Amino acid sequence: MKNTSEHYYVPNQSAWPIVATVALFFVALGAGLLLNSGSPIVLLIGFALLIYIFYGWFSKVVEESEKGLYSRQMDQSFRLGMAWFIFSEVMFFAAFFGALFYVRTLAIPWLNGSGSHAMTHTLLWPEFIAEWPLFHTPAANSSVPSALPDPFHLPLLNTILLVLSSVTLTISHHALKIGNRHKTINWLAITVLLGLAFLVVQGIEYYEAYVHLGLTLQSGIYGSTFFMLTGFHGLHVTLGTILLIVMLARMRKGHFSAEKHFAFEASAWYWHFVDVVWLGLFIFVYVL
Amino acid sequence: MTSISATEHHGPEKGLMRWILTTNHKDIGSMYLIFSLLMFFIGGSMALIIRMELVEPGLQVVQPEFFNQMTTMHGLIMVFGAVMPAFVGLANWMVPMMIGAPDMALPRLNNFSFWILPFAFTMMLSSLFMDGGAPNFGWTFYAPLSTTYAPPSVTFFIFAMHMAGVSSILGAINIIVTVMNMRAPAMTYMKMPLFVWTWLITAFLLIAVMPVLAGTVTMMLTDIHFGTSFFDAGGGGDPVLFQHLFWFFGHPEVYIMILPAFGIISQIVPTFSRKPLFGYPSMVYATSSIALLSFTVWAHHMFTVGLPLVGELFFMYATMLISVPTGVKVFNWVATMFRGSLTFETPMLFAIAFIVLFTIGGFSGLMLAISPADFQYHDTYFVVAHFHYVLVPGAVFSIMAATYYWLPKWTGYMYDEFLGKCHFWCSFIGLNLTFFPMHFVGLAGMPRRIPDYSLQFADFNMISSMGGFLFGFAQILFVIVIVKCVQGGKKAKAVCWEGAKGLEWSVPSPAPYHTFETPPNLPDEKYP
Repeated sequence: MKNTSEHYYVPNQSAWPIVATVALFFVALGAGLLLNSGSPIVLLIGFALLIYIFYGWFSKVVEESEKGLYSRQMDQSFRLGMAWFIFSEVMFFAAFFGALFYVRTLAIPWLNGSGSHAMTHTLLWPEFIAEWPLFHTPAANSSVPSALPDPFHLPLLNTILLVLSSVTLTISHHALKIGNRHKTINWLAITVLLGLAFLVVQGIEYYEAYVHLGLTLQSGIYGSTFFMLTGFHGLHVTLGTILLIVMLARMRKGHFSAEKHFAFEASAWYWHFVDVVWLGLFIFVYVL
Repeated sequence: MTSISATEHHGPEKGLMRWILTTNHKDIGSMYLIFSLLMFFIGGSMALIIRMELVEPGLQVVQPEFFNQMTTMHGLIMVFGAVMPAFVGLANWMVPMMIGAPDMALPRLNNFSFWILPFAFTMMLSSLFMDGGAPNFGWTFYAPLSTTYAPPSVTFFIFAMHMAGVSSILGAINIIVTVMNMRAPAMTYMKMPLFVWTWLITAFLLIAVMPVLAGTVTMMLTDIHFGTSFFDAGGGGDPVLFQHLFWFFGHPEVYIMILPAFGIISQIVPTFSRKPLFGYPSMVYATSSIALLSFTVWAHHMFTVGLPLVGELFFMYATMLISVPTGVKVFNWVATMFRGSLTFETPMLFAIAFIVLFTIGGFSGLMLAISPADFQYHDTYFVVAHFHYVLVPGAVFSIMAATYYWLPKWTGYMYDEFLGKCHFWCSFIGLNLTFFPMHFVGLAGMPRRIPDYSLQFADFNMISSMGGFLFGFAQILFVIVIVKCVQGGKKAKAVCWEGAKGLEWSVPSPAPYHTFETPPNLPDEKYP
């Protein structure tokens, strides 16, 4: 039963966690100060520190990995850790999807008097008419959009871009597994470009929504759910793209082998997760 | 490889930097426990301010605004600052030793998870000194009290909650990975000690619901600062949506605070009964069912908010269903003690008090679960009595039981048994004096979270306050016992309790800085 062949690597003391804590604290404090008194300095320091620790801490891990300190059991820890982290992200999005479904199927019909809520309608906003997408809010105190983004225009393009990027990433991964580094790098680069293209299109869509359509965060619950869901998804695409760029750089430096490339796989998992969230968004935010 | 593993075997570093930079699960576990003890005293002081104000009807000690801040901060600090970190600290100390692992799976992440907490709670507590005062909307921070009508400090409260959430999620990921990946090869899942099992399930709950809380406070933030309408019916949102989101987090959260306690009691009762735990597999299944059911009962906190009838019924029956696996657990603990050779050292006293008093809290929970009856009890002191009976003699007593049980393993010395028993009896009497009368005033209609009350509640409130102060000051004994035990005393043997079983007792007391660098074989005795 003894398993003495491999030691589990327990790192020595490390300064990265405490620096990361300070960075996180500065970001949180700075965001609070920015919102409450309008000064962005602490937040900027926090972000600078955060970028520094991400770079430093991950460099340290990469260095240890390249030295071969990580046993198979360690690799498994990373895998499980990443899988559970993605599960936590799923639950984060679940909160926003839950809010969307709740509002659409319960809150808005109730405001219109459905079920046992006739008095709600009569007493609060008798002129309110339930509709989805909601252009005219009950209190009619928010900016009214003139139209909504056409799902089969830019959003469909984005769907194609993102699904395609998942395919190209898988091709890249398969190439890595048979040791074809050149092909891996090329397909990974295409994936990154597709990710960046997605972000550009999303930016254009936001610009059109704000400037031409009058759809903003203040456009009642429709604008709230629309921008929160697509916005947090966009942030995740940004993060995923950064991850893939780092993987590209590491591939070019000669990291990873056909057998050991956990960081690559983790980034790919993350990318596929972001892709799946988009499919949910496309269906429930744009089409239906 | 050799140069690295040579440096792995040294003992702890010297000085403050040992604690700040450490990657050792025992150091981090100690820091978690000390931090939570500190928060326990801060949150406890706030409780005493509340009880001071409630000694007599009328306003005498604090202003109503400050009273609201105290009830809010007391709840937040006890839940997120005292109870949860204490359990994470116990998991840090004990889980690797109980499963034969060299450390936690991700040691640097572990350090990160801990150190976020002091920063988060510094921010939370600093809101007491801000313009407009600290959060004053109750620990459940219902919108729109926490959005439209909140003091400006709510922004910092939101970010403090985000930080505490990051800490919890990362800590839970670490624990779940450790349990899944770091067990000694012979330790299959169904051979794990129950404390490990309950923490595995708790970690799953944490990863599932803390992100929902993060999303909820983010919606609050955008409602306050960016003009969104999530919790504003005027914009098409719904304040009740906040309650759904909060309690979807909040109900599993209360199981997060009690499942590890179940695990601790399931370690202690067999030891002092000198018998194996009765019904180990049913304990595992019961814990899992409680965890799964916890996702389907959240709206029993909202019976009076105007749910559709079908919702009232569903959540009422689902809630009552939880009493089945909970009953299985209580039955098993009692059956473990049945015809055992019982002795009543301090950990066992706390464990037995847990079983009795937690059951009382469970029964008042069943009363509250009956939707039509809840219309009467809702927002009264009966609810306060109920959840303090499950949290104080539940979660807090289990933490104290665990502390007494494992303190000899941590420090290498036996604690002062006499002082420990004094601490137990003062706490036991104090908490019953505090919380039992609350059942009566609650059923008679005294509302919670109000600094003043009508005259007929005066006597019971006086008793509650005296009990509160007895309980509060009894905790100084707890600190004295711990400090004395750290400093010295009778040397503890490796197996310092006669009936103790498990890997953590196979290492010397105090446990060496590094344990199980190679996976151990399981002890020969029948396990678990």
